[in-house]
Amino acid sequence: MGIDTPMKDRVFKSVGTRPTRPDGIDKVTGRARYGADFNMPGQLHGSILRSPHAHASIKSIDTTKAEKLKGVKAVVTSKDFKTKGITDPDLLDIIDNCMASKTAYYDGHAVAAVAAVDAKTARAALKLIKVVYKKLKHVTDVDEAMSPGAPLINKKCFTQGVEPAPTKASNIAVRSEFGHGNVSEGFQQADIVIKRTYKTGQSHQGYIEPHACVASISPDGSGEMWVCTQGHFVFRQQCAEILGLDAAKLRVTSSEIGGGFGGKTHLWLEPVALLLSRKANRPVKLVMSREDVFRASGPTSTTSIDVKMGVTKDGVITAAEAELRYASGPYAGAWASYGAMTSFACYDLKNVKTVGLDILVNRPKTTAYRAPSAPMAAFAVESMIDELADRIDMDAIDLRIKNAAKEGTRSSYGPVYGPIGIGATLDAAKKHPHMKAPLGPNQGRGMACGFWFNFGGQSCTDLNISPDGTATLTFGTIDVGGARASMSLVVAEELGIPYDKVKAVIADTGSLGHNEMTDGSRGTFASSMSAIRSCRLAIDDMRQRAATMWDIDLDDVTWENGHAHAGGSSGSNHAPLSIADIAARAHKTGGPIAGHAQIVADGAGVSFATHICDIEVDPDTGQTRVVRYTVIQDAGKAVHPTYVEGQFQGGAAQGIGWALNEEYIYGKDGRLENPGFLDYRIPVCSDLPMIDTQILEIPNPNHPYGIRGVGETSIVPPLAAIGNAVSNATHVRMTQVPMSAPRILSAIHANKDSD
Amino acid sequence: MQYLAPEKTADAVKLLAKSKGQVHLLAGGSDLLVRMKGGYIEPDVIIDIKRIKPMQDIKKTATGFNIGAAVSCAQMGDHKALRRAWPGVVEAANLIGSDQIQGRCTVAGNLCNASPAADSVPALIAAKAVAIVKGPKGTRRVPVENFATAPGKTCLKKGEIVESIQLPKRAAKMADAYLRFIPRTEMDIAVVSAAVNLTLGPRGVITAARVALGAVAPTAILIPEANKILKGDKLTEESLESLAEVCSAACKPINDKRGTIDFRTHVAGVLATRAARLAYTRAGGKL
Repeated sequence: MGIDTPMKDRVFKSVGTRPTRPDGIDKVTGRARYGADFNMPGQLHGSILRSPHAHASIKSIDTTKAEKLKGVKAVVTSKDFKTKGITDPDLLDIIDNCMASKTAYYDGHAVAAVAAVDAKTARAALKLIKVVYKKLKHVTDVDEAMSPGAPLINKKCFTQGVEPAPTKASNIAVRSEFGHGNVSEGFQQADIVIKRTYKTGQSHQGYIEPHACVASISPDGSGEMWVCTQGHFVFRQQCAEILGLDAAKLRVTSSEIGGGFGGKTHLWLEPVALLLSRKANRPVKLVMSREDVFRASGPTSTTSIDVKMGVTKDGVITAAEAELRYASGPYAGAWASYGAMTSFACYDLKNVKTVGLDILVNRPKTTAYRAPSAPMAAFAVESMIDELADRIDMDAIDLRIKNAAKEGTRSSYGPVYGPIGIGATLDAAKKHPHMKAPLGPNQGRGMACGFWFNFGGQSCTDLNISPDGTATLTFGTIDVGGARASMSLVVAEELGIPYDKVKAVIADTGSLGHNEMTDGSRGTFASSMSAIRSCRLAIDDMRQRAATMWDIDLDDVTWENGHAHAGGSSGSNHAPLSIADIAARAHKTGGPIAGHAQIVADGAGVSFATHICDIEVDPDTGQTRVVRYTVIQDAGKAVHPTYVEGQFQGGAAQGIGWALNEEYIYGKDGRLENPGFLDYRIPVCSDLPMIDTQILEIPNPNHPYGIRGVGETSIVPPLAAIGNAVSNATHVRMTQVPMSAPRILSAIHANKDSD
Repeated sequence: MQYLAPEKTADAVKLLAKSKGQVHLLAGGSDLLVRMKGGYIEPDVIIDIKRIKPMQDIKKTATGFNIGAAVSCAQMGDHKALRRAWPGVVEAANLIGSDQIQGRCTVAGNLCNASPAADSVPALIAAKAVAIVKGPKGTRRVPVENFATAPGKTCLKKGEIVESIQLPKRAAKMADAYLRFIPRTEMDIAVVSAAVNLTLGPRGVITAARVALGAVAPTAILIPEANKILKGDKLTEESLESLAEVCSAACKPINDKRGTIDFRTHVAGVLATRAARLAYTRAGGKL
C-alpha cells in the first residue's frame, strides 16, 4: 500500500473502538497542567487596566505613579507596541485590540498593563494609572449601527467588497455576496412567499478555563511562552511578528485546554505578557478573570437577518434570498460572509442570493465560535422552512427531503458537492423513533438541519519507534476533544499494534514544523492524515530494515498486522518480524526508526446534521424544558465513537444554551451587565436531557480512512430546532434568540391580544 | 485586614460597636467572600460569628423554632421537625446556591444581605418570622418584613447583630410553600418569587393566610390583602384569581437583565396561586 492510498472497503481493527483516553486520569485527578498551572522562577504577576466606557477617546495615560510603586517592574501602554513596518491590517487590529491606542472601543478594552511582584501590588498599581477619557457616543445594536446618524466607530471604515469603493465612511465594514440563478424570477414561480426578520443575541463560547499564559523574553531576543491556546504555532507566528522576534526563537508550548470552541484561536493577552516580560526582564504570568473573559475576549456576533423564500404548493423551493447583518465588534471581520455562505447550503436551489454585511459596533472584537456564523443563519432559514411547510400543509421533514442538496448539486456558495450526507441524515431522522414519539401537553417538536464546511490545511507529524517497539506520535494540533486518543487509534491501526503501545504527544513549536490550529474541525482530519503518512513512511523504513536483517530484496518484504513478512523465494525460511524485533536491531540496521510527514490536507469534506427536539413550554410563565433531543450527523468515519458522540452532544448543549438563555446584555451606557456565569446562563446539567446521538458514516473520499471533521456542525441546527419546537408548542412563531421566558411569555400574550 | 472570631454574642456586639472602617460580619461567607474576591469590597475588619454557641443550632422551643444566625441552610434541610412544620421556609432556604453553597449559607445572612430576590426572605415573611437583634442597647425583635429597608440596606444600627430567627409554633392543618422563577433549573437567582402560609379550619376553610413576594419591589413584600381574599372560604378558582390580581397589583418591579416589569408582574400572580395550591394541599385541604 502506498503512502497516499485512499480507503476502500477497509475493515478497521482499532479505529472505531472506544478505549479510555490517555489524558483522562491526569485530567480528572488534577495532575494535568492548564494555562494558569505553570510557573517560572522569578515570575511576575501581570494585570490589565480596562476601559469602563463603551466608546471613548483616550486623551492621556499617566503611568508615573504606578511605575514608582514599590514592587512594580513594568508598565506598558499602546506606546510600547512598535507597529512600524507592520502592514497586515488583521495584525494591526489584534494589536489595537490587545491595547487600545487612540480609542477605547468597548467596555473592557485594555488600556494599560502592569507587571508586579504580586497580585496585590499589581492591583494597587492599576489604581495609580490615570487615564483621561473623552466619552463618545456609542452603539451596540447591529441594526442601529447601520442607521443614519449612528455614531461612526471608525472614520476610515469604507465598506470593502463594494464596487466602486464608497467615499463615505460607515459602520458597514465588509459586504459579501453569494448565489446563482435569478431570485426575482424564482419568486414569481412560487405559490407562497414569506419574508421575515430574525435576530440573535451575542453569545460567548463559555469555555471553563479563562485565558492564561506565562511569557519570558530574554535580553538575547529569544523567548518562551506557555499558553492555553487552540494553536500555538499560529500564536508563535503572530506574537513574533508583533514583538519583532524571529519566529524560530520564540518557543511556544501549549498547555492543556479547558475548552476553546474557537475562542482560543485569537490573541487577547499573550502579546501583552511578552511585552511586559521584555520590559521587566522577568517572566510574567497573565491570567484573565471570568469578567475579563466576557468583556474582552471574543464572543460571536449578534445578528439581524432578513430571509425571503418562495415555495410551490407541491413543495419546491423556487427562490431563496437573505441579507445577513453580523456585528463584528469594533474591527472588520469576515463573519457575515460565513453566514451568507452557509445559510442555504443544505438545499438544492435554482435561484439563491445571499448578502453578508459585517457591522462595527461598540462590543468586543468577535471571533470564531464553533461553526462560526452558521448557527444564526440556520436559525433564520430553518425557521422559515418550518413556516413554509406549515403554509403548504406539508410535513417539514418532507419539504426538507424534497429540496435537499445531493451529490452534484451546485451549492448556494458556489462549489459543486461531492458525496454528502444531508439526505442521509434526513432519512435517518424520518425513520428515528423520536419522530413518532407522542408529545405531552404544552409540548412541541421541532427539527432543523445544519451545514459546516470543515477545514483542512497544514499539519506536521513525527512517528518515532522506541527501541522496545512502542511508538510515539508527535503532532502539533492541541487536544481539545480527544485528539490524543484518536491519533493513538490511527497509529495503532496503521502500524498494527495495540492502542496502549502508542503514546501521542503534542509538540511545542520548537519540535515540529508549522501546524495550523485545532479549529475548523480540522484536528483529527488533518493530523490523522499526516500521522498515517508518518506511519507508512516508518513502515517502509521497517520493511527495509527487515530486508537488511534477512538479507533479501525489499520487494520481497510485505507488512501485515504489525509484522514484516518475508515473501518471494525466501519467504518460508523467515518467521515474521514484529516492530519490537526490528526496533531491537535498529542500531545495526541504520539507527532510529522514524517517519516524518508534512502535508496540506485537502478535501476536508463538508458536514451535515439534522437535529430533532421536544420542548415543553409553561404557558403561564414562558418557562421552557428540553424534554428530548436527538442529533444525527455524518462523521465520515468515527475514529473514537465516544468522542464523536461527545462532540455531537457538546454542540447541541451549547446551541440549546444559546437558543434559550445565553446573551450579552448591554445597559443604556453601553456597559456589559452580565459578565459572569450567574447572569450569562449556560445550561447546567439539570437543564438538559440526555442528548441522543446517531452517527452516520458516509466516507470522505479524500481521507485515507474516510474521516470528516465532526466538531462544529452540531452547534448549527439547535437554535432553529428549538425555535421550531417552541413555536410548535406555543403556536407563536419565535423570531428572536435567545428565547428567554420573558420573550416567550410576551409573544404568547401578544398573540392572545391579536386573536 | 483584621479577622476576629468571638465566642459570645455580647463580644461580637462589642467588637462590632468599636471597630472602625469597613466592618463586615462573616457567617457562611457565600455573599461576603464573593464580593471580596470580585474586588467590590475591601473590608478592614471581618467578624466571624460561627464560633458563637447560641448561633450554631436550631432549637425547638415552646413558642416555635429558634434558628441560630450561623446555622447553614443544609442543617435546616436535615432538621426533620423543622421541615415538617415549615416546609416552605426550608424549601426556600434549600434553593439557595448549589450543594456546596448549602453547607455554608445561612438564612440570617440571606436576610442581612437584603437582596430583594433573596429566596428565604419571602418564606420567612409569610411565616411571620422574627429576627432577634442584639445590640449595645439590648435586644430587639424585628418582624422579618420590616428588616430590609432597601436593596442592600437593613434596619440594623451600629453594633447590632442578628442572633437568631424565630419561627412561630405550628399546629395541625397549617402549611407553607415557596416557589420562584429562575431561567434555569438550579443555581440561580429568583426573577420573581412567592411564598404562601395558610391555616385551615374545619372542612378546608382557610382561617388565616400570609402571602409574600420577592424580586418585585426594592424589598421582599407582604401582601396584606391576600388574607382578606383567602380567609373564610376554601381555596377556589375565584379566590385564586383575585389572589393573582392583588399580587400583580402590588408589584413595583424594574426592568433589568433578569426580567421585565411585565414578566415579573404577571408571573408574581402565577406563582402566588401555585404556591397557594401547594400550601393548601400540604395543610390537608382538597382542591
